[in-house]
Amino acid sequence: MMAITVTEAAAQRVSEFIAKRGHGVGLRLGVRTSGCSGMAYKLEFADEIEEGDLTFVDHGVTVLVDAKSLPYLDGMELDFTREGLNEGFKFNNPNVKNSCGCGESFNV
Amino acid sequence: MALLQISEPGLSTVPHQHRLAVGIDLGTTNSLVATVRNGVAVVLHDENGRALLPSVVRYQPGQPPVVGHAAQQVQASDPYNTIVSVKRFMGRALHDIADAGSFPYRFVDAPGMVQLRTADGVKSPVEVSADILRALRERAEHSLGGELMGAVITVPAYFDDAQRQATKDAARLAGLEVLRLLNEPTAAAIAYGLDNAAEGIYAVYDLGGGTFDISILRLSQGVFEVLATNGDSALGGDDFDQRLFCWMLEQARFPDLTAQDNRLLLNHARFAKEALTEHPETRITAVLSSGFTIDLTLTAAQFNEMTATLVSKTLSPVRRALRDAGLSTKDVQGVVMVGGATRMPCIQSAVATLFGQTPLNNLDPDKVVALGAAMQANVLAGNRREDDDWLLLDVTPLSLGIETMGGLVEKIIPRNTTIPVARAQEFTTYKDGQTAMSIHVLQGERELVSDCRSLARFELRGIPSMVAGAARIRVALQVDADGLLSVSAQELQTGVSAAVTVRPSFGLHDDDVSRMLQDGFNHAKEDMTARALQEARVEAERLLDATQSALDEDGERLLDMDEFSEIVASMRALAECVSGMDYALIQQMTERLNQVTQAFAARRMNMRVREALAGQSVNDLMS
Repeated sequence: MMAITVTEAAAQRVSEFIAKRGHGVGLRLGVRTSGCSGMAYKLEFADEIEEGDLTFVDHGVTVLVDAKSLPYLDGMELDFTREGLNEGFKFNNPNVKNSCGCGESFNV
Repeated sequence: MALLQISEPGLSTVPHQHRLAVGIDLGTTNSLVATVRNGVAVVLHDENGRALLPSVVRYQPGQPPVVGHAAQQVQASDPYNTIVSVKRFMGRALHDIADAGSFPYRFVDAPGMVQLRTADGVKSPVEVSADILRALRERAEHSLGGELMGAVITVPAYFDDAQRQATKDAARLAGLEVLRLLNEPTAAAIAYGLDNAAEGIYAVYDLGGGTFDISILRLSQGVFEVLATNGDSALGGDDFDQRLFCWMLEQARFPDLTAQDNRLLLNHARFAKEALTEHPETRITAVLSSGFTIDLTLTAAQFNEMTATLVSKTLSPVRRALRDAGLSTKDVQGVVMVGGATRMPCIQSAVATLFGQTPLNNLDPDKVVALGAAMQANVLAGNRREDDDWLLLDVTPLSLGIETMGGLVEKIIPRNTTIPVARAQEFTTYKDGQTAMSIHVLQGERELVSDCRSLARFELRGIPSMVAGAARIRVALQVDADGLLSVSAQELQTGVSAAVTVRPSFGLHDDDVSRMLQDGFNHAKEDMTARALQEARVEAERLLDATQSALDEDGERLLDMDEFSEIVASMRALAECVSGMDYALIQQMTERLNQVTQAFAARRMNMRVREALAGQSVNDLMS
């Protein structure tokens, strides 16, 4: 069974942002082949469910992932944290073997 | 790993290429920086969770400048080197700053823009503003975890070209790419999402700490147009504190107060004002340096009564702006409140009563401008799919015109005209055989040249020699979208022309604009009298000239001794009073000269007709 989870902190912020944005069915997570270490994450608002999307619901948040991306993201947890003045989402991905210094791209 | 933000569908950024863009409200008293994160506009805070950065910079020898709260705290103890309200000096020369004496700074007169002597050397307002912007940029880069791609910086709607250019220069000096300068009222309207409304007229009521601005905006087809601006550069929330402070003094009849006591009481006045926003009454207690204790109770009703004049002082500029825009309060679809002082219930209700509707006030009025700027920056940085770019139109802050005989100003483009604009008017020569004309371009609301601002002067030469009033000279004024004025003059018969290009706004500040406007209102009657006097003089001189040349040509032939001397006497009487201030006398003498020359003029006319007809048959004349 494949799964993607969302922490409570992340879920709360996602719901808040979608509410303020005024529309959207959930979040779209994915990977793309780009960046200095091969793969890069995609984190976007989703306005509709597309064909081939897999849907996960956690803490009231709907997460959409396309079938191609799923193997790279399986078992991943989406978290929201604060680091100094900065705050944002973090992907805790068990599939990652190496990532670049900044962690924005990775390979498996 | 790096922290990620949610993008709009399909707009995820490539790693290391986040399009980080911010909106900056570079204010006179406080500045803010905001951005759009996860689709929501937010103001960025400092390490202590504070949104506002006081626009205060302190310079010490050989040390980096101190910006914000730390600088504000030493403002009283180190006034020369602690610069506040630098926005007032942007793009202004020393002679432009009417109240230079009221600032503690050591001004240095420099060409173009004034400078300030500090313990760390001479600083220009651009450098001081750059230090404020740099502090905001650093805050933003720490908050967003990367380098900024660019910023939208807000400026008052009435900022002229020099002031806008100075703001851009400051940004460049601070290492910021300016995506666009945005008018403050427009930013506020954007924050309220009014740019998504269909069509409509909006008023933006901005009562800050020390200034009041009202702007009337028109939105049509996604375009915000500033229809009119008005305001009072010496009215703000601080005046309400001051009024309350005076009331406290009246109530308690204190012994002599120290400067520290004054500061303390002013702070208590501010606290009391803020408390009354939430509560119907508040208690003011303080202990003065002499040990004297103050204990007063203030109700909202009392506060409203003592500040009623201040509230109504903001309403007259609102009415003037509406009148300039040719609108009434009924035409206004929504009112946006900006500035911390608009939290006062008395302001809210006065504005609601005037416009007959509840103003938009659910966003923090201190942050609304920065939030709107951030939203615009987000669009310009390419983070939004619907690339709805806001186009902004501006207006001329003051009337533009040219000088006519007698030192009068003929207005060609009235103030608050939407730019770009082109207007033309025809003028003529004043003297027989006049072959050149001096075109003097002026800006201002007053009737006399000496009371307006001179922008440029040039000459049109090569006008064919004709009798006075026969030449037709078309003078055209054109202001382009960047506020650049070009003036051309053309003699229509020969086509000879001359032209000049100027920046009408250069070196002119909002205070000047409002002073010039105010002067225009205050001196309306005086100006009318002056204009009448000046017109009478011009007419008198024209008549004297004409009579003299008629006498030279035909005086001896057509006049007997008595008639001749009567005319000469009337001319002398008129010449004597023409430079005086007695308008009625000039008119009376002009009238008399007109009368005594009537018979002479008729005889000259008959003679010319006879001469023209001499030796010609009726047939010749008819053919």
